Amino acid sequence: MRVVLAEDLFLLRDGLVRTLREHGCEVTPVDNGPALHRALIGDPPDIAVVDVRLPPTFTDEGLQAALAARRAHPGLPVLVLSQYVDQLYAQELLGGGEGAIGYLLKDRVTDTAQFIDAVRRVAAGATVMDPHVIAKLLARGDARGTIGALTPRERDVLELMAEGRSNAAIAATLHVSESAVAKHTAGIFTKLGIGVSDDDNRRVLAVLAYLRR
Amino acid sequence: MRQVRALGRCVLRSWLALAAWTSGACVVLAVLLLPLGLGLAILPGTAAWLRSLTDRARRWAAPVAEPEPLNPDRTASRRSQAGAIIGAESFWRDLLWANLEPGIGGLLVAVPQCLVAYGLFGTLVQPLIWRRVDDGNWYAFIPVTSTPAMLTAAALGLAFIAAGLWATAPVLRLHARWTRLLLAAPRSTALTRRVEHLTGTRADAIDAQAAELGRIERDLHDGAQARLIALGMTLDHATRLLDTDLDTARALLLDVRETSSRALADLRDLVHGIHPPVLADRGLTDALRSLALDSFLDVDVTAEPIGRLPAPVESAAYFAVSEALANATKHSGARTVAIAVTHDGHRLHITVTDDGRGGATIDGGTGLSGVVRRLGTFDGTLALHSPPGGPTTVTMEIPCASSSPKTSSS
Repeated sequence: MRVVLAEDLFLLRDGLVRTLREHGCEVTPVDNGPALHRALIGDPPDIAVVDVRLPPTFTDEGLQAALAARRAHPGLPVLVLSQYVDQLYAQELLGGGEGAIGYLLKDRVTDTAQFIDAVRRVAAGATVMDPHVIAKLLARGDARGTIGALTPRERDVLELMAEGRSNAAIAATLHVSESAVAKHTAGIFTKLGIGVSDDDNRRVLAVLAYLRR
Repeated sequence: MRQVRALGRCVLRSWLALAAWTSGACVVLAVLLLPLGLGLAILPGTAAWLRSLTDRARRWAAPVAEPEPLNPDRTASRRSQAGAIIGAESFWRDLLWANLEPGIGGLLVAVPQCLVAYGLFGTLVQPLIWRRVDDGNWYAFIPVTSTPAMLTAAALGLAFIAAGLWATAPVLRLHARWTRLLLAAPRSTALTRRVEHLTGTRADAIDAQAAELGRIERDLHDGAQARLIALGMTLDHATRLLDTDLDTARALLLDVRETSSRALADLRDLVHGIHPPVLADRGLTDALRSLALDSFLDVDVTAEPIGRLPAPVESAAYFAVSEALANATKHSGARTVAIAVTHDGHRLHITVTDDGRGGATIDGGTGLSGVVRRLGTFDGTLALHSPPGGPTTVTMEIPCASSSPKTSSS
């Protein structure tokens, strides 16, 4: 798998390059916005792992480069890493509705297995949202009463579903059977009035769109 | 229509000049009667009347720097009240205006009125009377003795009316300049007031900054710092167990990862409270959009492309809106909030309107008094309009230049 990695902090870049290479990725590291732009526009990789803040402006250079690359190559897998997550950026990343998007806090790279899993899933076209983004959306849903009809267990399933987990992964996390998860998801979709979709990616997008209302 | 309204303003100024003359005469009388003691009784009242007239003149000629209140202590003895009035430079200024205004200002605003009145006489009255009046019926330079002459007179009258209406705007401008010349408080008064204001806002800013630093210090001490210490201790414990109890050591190391991630979360919250990253990245408009997405209410943000503003202004405006939004969420029972952001080149203007129950006050524990102080540092203002039953509108204005052409991306 060919990965373009944009990260300006040397220590973090070095660590991420090593981790990705250990897992069989071919990594092209870049450390600033313009270089990232060139790397993504010319010969798009299998996935771009991008820090939001990059030189020279240290604002949202990395995010802008990633969004521009996705406009040029729709569906180009991008995993955005950031010191903080913001609902506005999440909305912009999800905006195209093509999937193959990840948005994670930088803290998550400390769990290598989960990080590599996220890279693989995004590269395969899935949507991966940081639990922090989802927790905020769910808190909003609670306050607005849009998810009040769900049982606690269904709420747990909804949370993991919104993060982009597959039924198998949800079952493993909650220590229940996959068929139980399928039952819960069916219950959630009925109660919230979301159209059921077998496509995992479309399912995530529908759930996120519902929570954003 | 605009000119007719302006003519109306000229008429009002004539009445004011008349009132000024009367009031000025009373004040002069009061001053002359001072030695007899009777003046002491009537001076405060007449001087206040005159001041109310000059206040009106200043409002009409706005912006005019206002003088200090004439007689602040109404409970003092008559003698000391009169002394304060006589000693006030602005009182003599008022009196000078009362004596000059009827002549000069009054004459000035009379010009368009006379032109229009004489024009009306020519167009509306002459056609009715010229037959009945014989020789010597002149309208301006026209002897009105025949129908053609009458028609010429009517046309001339129309020209007079037009000239009078046209003259209103320049006359009003000139009159405002004349009022400013006489009634504007001297520069020293304005500067004194400015110094007082700046001293107050500077003290507020220093207090706010000290409180903020104290809060950051406390947060670091109780949050990230404490977690890092715990992390070090756990690591030490795990290291000692590596040779003897590998399972416990592994559990402790996982614990360390958890603690480090919580320390990061603490730092993230702290940074967000000091200066939200999206504000630094994208500027005010997108930061407010982000705030809207985080809110539990339906928040609609409409914004002109205002570009980037000076960082302290962006920050103050952001936290001001954040406070207003928090109030709407906590106290108002509102469902929707509208935030509108505009910039006219000199001032940033933000309104936050909710559809809640209203009845909010700035001092009612809403945190808005803190916002007022913070905006005051920038000479910014906050106005709260919140009638019982709602809706509540918070209006904020901060003078500032829009510094860069970089527009907000959407």
